[in-house]
Amino acid sequence: MGERKIRVLIAKVGLDGHDRGAKIVARTLSDSGMEVIFTGIRQTVGEVVNAAVQEDVDVVGMSFLSGDHLVLVPKVLKGLKEAGRGDVMVLVGGVILKGHIPQLLGMGVQKVFLPGIPPAEIARYIKGNVVSRSR
Amino acid sequence: MGAKEIREGVGKWEKNTLRRTLEASGERKEEFFTESGIPVKRLYTPLDLEGSDYVRDLAFPGEYPYTRGVYPSMYRGRLWTMRNYAGFGTAEDTNKRFRYLLKQGMPGLSVAFDLPTQIGYDSDHPMAEGAVGRVGVAVDTLADMETIFEGIPLDEVSTSMTINAPATVLLAMYIAVGEKQGVSQEKLMGTTQNDILKEFIARGTYIFPPEPSIKLVLDIVEYCYKHVPKWNTLSITGYHFREAGANAIQELAFTLADAVLYIEKARERGLDVDDFAPRLSYSLGCHRDLFEEVAKYRAARRLFAKIVKERFQAKKAASYLFRTYSGSCGSTLIPQQPLNNIVRVTMHALMGILGGHQAIHTACWDEGYAIPTEASARLALRTQQILAHECGLCDTIDPLAGSYYVEHLTDEIERQASEYLKKIDDMGGILAAIQNGFVYKEIQRSSVELQRRIDSGEKTIVGLNKFTMEDEEGFEEKDIFEFDPHAEILQKEKLASVKARRNGEEVTHALRSLAEAIDRNENLMPTIIHAVKQYASLGEICGVMREKWGEFRSPTYI
Repeated sequence: MGERKIRVLIAKVGLDGHDRGAKIVARTLSDSGMEVIFTGIRQTVGEVVNAAVQEDVDVVGMSFLSGDHLVLVPKVLKGLKEAGRGDVMVLVGGVILKGHIPQLLGMGVQKVFLPGIPPAEIARYIKGNVVSRSR
Repeated sequence: MGAKEIREGVGKWEKNTLRRTLEASGERKEEFFTESGIPVKRLYTPLDLEGSDYVRDLAFPGEYPYTRGVYPSMYRGRLWTMRNYAGFGTAEDTNKRFRYLLKQGMPGLSVAFDLPTQIGYDSDHPMAEGAVGRVGVAVDTLADMETIFEGIPLDEVSTSMTINAPATVLLAMYIAVGEKQGVSQEKLMGTTQNDILKEFIARGTYIFPPEPSIKLVLDIVEYCYKHVPKWNTLSITGYHFREAGANAIQELAFTLADAVLYIEKARERGLDVDDFAPRLSYSLGCHRDLFEEVAKYRAARRLFAKIVKERFQAKKAASYLFRTYSGSCGSTLIPQQPLNNIVRVTMHALMGILGGHQAIHTACWDEGYAIPTEASARLALRTQQILAHECGLCDTIDPLAGSYYVEHLTDEIERQASEYLKKIDDMGGILAAIQNGFVYKEIQRSSVELQRRIDSGEKTIVGLNKFTMEDEEGFEEKDIFEFDPHAEILQKEKLASVKARRNGEEVTHALRSLAEAIDRNENLMPTIIHAVKQYASLGEICGVMREKWGEFRSPTYI
């Protein structure tokens, strides 16, 4: 019986189109053996929550580069909870002020990755901390 | 001295002089490459330029093929336009920043719009939440543009607008503001970026599918040719390919492939290349590798001139000019030890100047975090002023010409970019190369490769993978600009008040006229100008287009 692969949704919520970092992370996680779904840019909160539910993911990673994370992250967290997926590991990456990190963690984000972190470190973090959903 | 003597000289030098040093201490690396992967030899000599012909390949400034510069006297006559990108919050905030920068001696404006504006949403649209005034200024109606340019005479200042999908609407507003100031549209100077192809490929602020999107681009090209003769209608931009991960060669090749498509489409519309090509301008990034970047700009001028002459048979010299507005690649700036970015930005300006650009943007050191403060914006401008006036960079034309290395790189970049262009032509042009995923995959391949080199330490980035500090002294986040979320509330209130005051019937009528003009496939500029003058909002105007044309969703490749 094969072990279930870790399933990750990499998402761009809001209007920002900078997807270079998100794609690099998606690619790295995929290369390290995870099943990765990338939403593409300019997704609504609802689209991201639906994708997380439909794809039955263990992790949602969101990338922000235009400063709207404090507005959008709580909405995604709320949406996941309402959809019965409050258990998903939520990660945030991108251009985030250090001063915003405690707020994001307080909302329920598990970890924030700042620019310059090697993508492989994100893969290691997920593997070390994710609780894979049993079927 | 002939090639034979030089070849012998090189041989002797390697055998007698170099060998001992290499045996004793070796070199820092086994192999050396430019940022884009072109192999770099230890030494370049006249042997590397064999087969090149000065008069044919380099010639003279202001003459075909323009390798040495688009104008005859370049910076000895007039410096480039220092044009730093700015805009944030409400129209009032941005007007204040613009007036400050003009007072500090910045001769040209470059407007940053917020994402809802760039994607054709009003500030009260649900998708706009959290993004209003965030990465640029929010514009909903003509009232906002009137405020942005209050006290700024549009017949004296030139304005570049980074606006694409809704460029027709913002240009219409600019024309209307000019009219209110008593400046007729013939006198307006500036640029609409208006390059939708690169939005599909890299930047992401597209709205409509390719066909109507390109129609809108050409509506501006055609309208301005007839009515706004000094306007640069379209800035064909490679900068964002680079920022998305492309290397210098891909950046150049995809930019030129886009140019080819726009020129073809404009000709299909019945325009003569010599009527519109002189008002096209270009934008490339200033990245890390000084010599490669300078070579890229030189190769760009030469290759473009050849394409316009040979492929499109342009007759007017003005059609051949690859006039550029270029600037700091934001992706080369990092948040670790952020003051180091000042040095990086200085290098960007240096590349721009040695590369012979017509306008240059220098980023602010804190731009990777937030909206620049007044002080950091001033420093970015001063950087250009110091290089322009203190360092002797501008007193002779194309000073790196004749460097065996730079000339070799110029030839090599031109050769490799031409190969890409040929490949794209064989696929059926850039639209096909976008649709079949080729362009996305090529950029992604380079992006992954660069990331690998940084992660492995093969490519050093100071403060990121070498010379790092645990505790970064001299920088506190309290020193950077804190975005005021109140801007969003103010902006929504302003929109509501404009809507309450305007003549609703006139607006409805204007929007209906726009819908009809779309059905008749007319040039939409006149109806859009009329609509914005009635204070129809950007979201309403783009809403009509969304209804008629639908919206585009880009494929994703990882």
